[in-house]
Amino acid sequence: MQDGEIDKHRRRFLTTTATVIGGVGVVASSIPFISAMKPSEKTKAIGAPIEVDISELQPGELKIEKWQGKPIWILRRTKQELDDLPSMNTSLRDPDSSVDQQPPYAKNEYRSIKPEYLVVVGICTHLGCSPKYLPDGGEALGPEWKGGFFCPCHGSRFDLAGRVFKGVPAPSNLVVPPYKFLSDTRILVGDDSGVNA
Amino acid sequence: MNVITKMLCSFLSWIDARFPLTKLWNEHLAKYYAPKNFNFWYFFGSLALLVLVIQIVTGIWLTMNYKPSAEHAFASVEYIMRDVEWGWWIRYMHSTGSSAFFIVIYLHMFRALLYGSFKKPRELLWLTGMFIYLTLMAEAFFGYLLPWGQMSYWAAQVITSLFGAIPVVGEDLALWIRGDYVVSDVTLNRFFSFHVIAMPLVLLGLVFVHIIALHEVGSNNPDGIEIKKHKDANGIPLDGIPFHPYYTVKDIYGVVIFLIVFSLVIFYYPELHGFFLEHANFVPANPLSTPEHIVPAWYFTPYYAILRAIPDKFGGLVAMGFAVILFFFLPWLDRSPVKSIRYRGWFYRIALTAFVISFLFLGWLGMQVATPLYTWLARIFSVIYFLFFLLMPFYTRRDNDKPVPERVTMP
Amino acid sequence: MKKVILFICLFPLLTSVVHATSNGTNSYNIEVDLTDTKSLQRGARIFINYCLSCHSASYMRYNRLGKDLGISEQTLKENFMFGTDKSGETMKIAMKPSESKVFFGVSPPDLSVIARARGADWLYSYFLSFYSDPSRPFGVNNLQFKDTAMPHVLWELQGFQRPVYNTVTRGDGSSVKVIEGLETGSPGKLSPQEYEETVYDLVNFLVYLSEPVKLKREKIGIWVIIYLLVLLPVAYKLKKEYWRDVK
Repeated sequence: MQDGEIDKHRRRFLTTTATVIGGVGVVASSIPFISAMKPSEKTKAIGAPIEVDISELQPGELKIEKWQGKPIWILRRTKQELDDLPSMNTSLRDPDSSVDQQPPYAKNEYRSIKPEYLVVVGICTHLGCSPKYLPDGGEALGPEWKGGFFCPCHGSRFDLAGRVFKGVPAPSNLVVPPYKFLSDTRILVGDDSGVNA
Repeated sequence: MNVITKMLCSFLSWIDARFPLTKLWNEHLAKYYAPKNFNFWYFFGSLALLVLVIQIVTGIWLTMNYKPSAEHAFASVEYIMRDVEWGWWIRYMHSTGSSAFFIVIYLHMFRALLYGSFKKPRELLWLTGMFIYLTLMAEAFFGYLLPWGQMSYWAAQVITSLFGAIPVVGEDLALWIRGDYVVSDVTLNRFFSFHVIAMPLVLLGLVFVHIIALHEVGSNNPDGIEIKKHKDANGIPLDGIPFHPYYTVKDIYGVVIFLIVFSLVIFYYPELHGFFLEHANFVPANPLSTPEHIVPAWYFTPYYAILRAIPDKFGGLVAMGFAVILFFFLPWLDRSPVKSIRYRGWFYRIALTAFVISFLFLGWLGMQVATPLYTWLARIFSVIYFLFFLLMPFYTRRDNDKPVPERVTMP
Repeated sequence: MKKVILFICLFPLLTSVVHATSNGTNSYNIEVDLTDTKSLQRGARIFINYCLSCHSASYMRYNRLGKDLGISEQTLKENFMFGTDKSGETMKIAMKPSESKVFFGVSPPDLSVIARARGADWLYSYFLSFYSDPSRPFGVNNLQFKDTAMPHVLWELQGFQRPVYNTVTRGDGSSVKVIEGLETGSPGKLSPQEYEETVYDLVNFLVYLSEPVKLKREKIGIWVIIYLLVLLPVAYKLKKEYWRDVK
């Protein structure tokens, strides 16, 4: 000690500088650990876009494919079913798909690129169960049911455009994944590059 | 006092009433008085702690993607290296960290030999340290199998077979350790369990005990003088300074230097020319074909050289075991009243030098193909190694030690 | 502080000394250059045309190859991917290990990390050291890897080499024939120099293949070291400042 004096100012300055620079280092070195928990290249490769052949799909038939480990529903809707869609609007929470649950090209009354073919991720927007496809209501849902999806976990209901009904736990419509038509009979799910709509 | 400081203070006293936070802080940092004359050699304790943390954190992340099965282990390591974002960095930190751990621990132990830190009243400190060293060896051995390369496989095969040398129960013991007739998927799975759970738990427990023991008896120093002998009116050692802030800032400086060297290895020499990651370990384990030249990891090679120097299977095992176990007896083998090498006579100085040279040479010999010349050299150095311990009671008692000063000297 | 800086500067030197003492025996030594993307692209093409039918590189993904070597997705699909149409796939082969074992006697090893197991010098020497040996199943032997089970797949490029023998008298008076070198027997499509360049590209690629992240790792390393070198004087000054108290 020179004369019992401590240069408090200098000491505080150095402590702060060291803390700040050291802190930056600690934060920076935590980034790799955080990113290491993101999907790996292998996961991304497995979750790559899938091609689906729809040439065999009959009106009223549902085809289930797997993309990124999630069920993808491809439903070919009948003329009648398409015509019924607007009549549901009053009992739906978001009939016009204003919530961002679909790519822009699927933000229409059918929630699809081609009216006939509905492509949605078959996972309930409530807590991740996969709803059942129920073309008719049966005893449980009654004669009013014009076809749709029913989630067995908490009873959420969706119409044939994947739109959620009022008064159920699910907050929003089913998600429409990015997709495009490669030809009239082939769909690519997971990639919509080159689509302008 | 402004409002925030007031609030923090009352929060702290709320905690202190329920948990001895301030007490712990004072006992182990702010009012733990360490000798003021620590030198370079005193960095390695805190560095060992740092490496332990690095190994645990990177280990947790590796475990997220590693698959402990003979079929997938090798591929999962390459998966970490290529497909997991930053996986290569985490893996290199862990592989370099294992070698760094031994470098730091060996230097830490050498410090104890230099300044007599193992001597009374620090016998328990030394013993817990030795148990840490043993656990670390087991931890490293189990972990070494996990990449499931040729070196991993055959090193595990050789070491587990070593137990077969024990009379009567040996073969059964080796079989029991492996859980199979040779090292296999079963062995890998249990080694994984030991490596990620059992050994780390033991290690953490021992490190805790080691630090508690240190703070009870107090740190030794390069002069080997007990600073508690001279206290001021408040009972504070005259040659002591609070660990915090003085040694925390000093250790931070040491940590930065360590990290520079550590990063140089990780980013530019992760294999360190086959010392940290062996070339043969980039070939998947093949139980039907042994590589031409197999050696243990560098940190085991001194003992491996001693093992090979004895032309008898069981004898080699015993010699190797003694080479490690003798360290435990140091506090009682050393009869000198003086701790630090600074005030020791020439006998101990020469003995320690000879010991270090033979340890290093044995380490080098353990990596070479055993030619007759090398085997003889290994025998000579093994003898010196053992004589360092076995003759210690005699040469330390008769040593021409110098007078030890009353107070520590600053570097 | 000065000692510390000196030590840090000396460290790389130290490791290269270690390296120099641990060098094995290879007939040739080469310096690979991972920044030579053109060479890596040529190497990748040779690898895919000549190696990938029997050897897999099952830890390497095609899209990684495209990204690292600057090959467009289009070119990748047309010129590099023959076994699959998914660019996220790894470089696998159709041949099963059990089948190839019958054919070659051993299953051809996966080549993903071969350059880390063997080293660039070994690989380079290996590709240059094939010679005609009628006693072997495929009519060739190799100076670098005696009795290799691999046929000389690059023969159409290199042609065939003949061994040059020399008679050496041993200590006990008996004499043996020792291969002293190799000479061109029948030339291939490429001149010896062109062949060496081709092999260089291939080895360069194999080195890349064994650790695709290497270049990136070295680039990141610079920033980490720079950061630590900024922190170092601050930590030093901080220590000095506090230690002024200690007398």
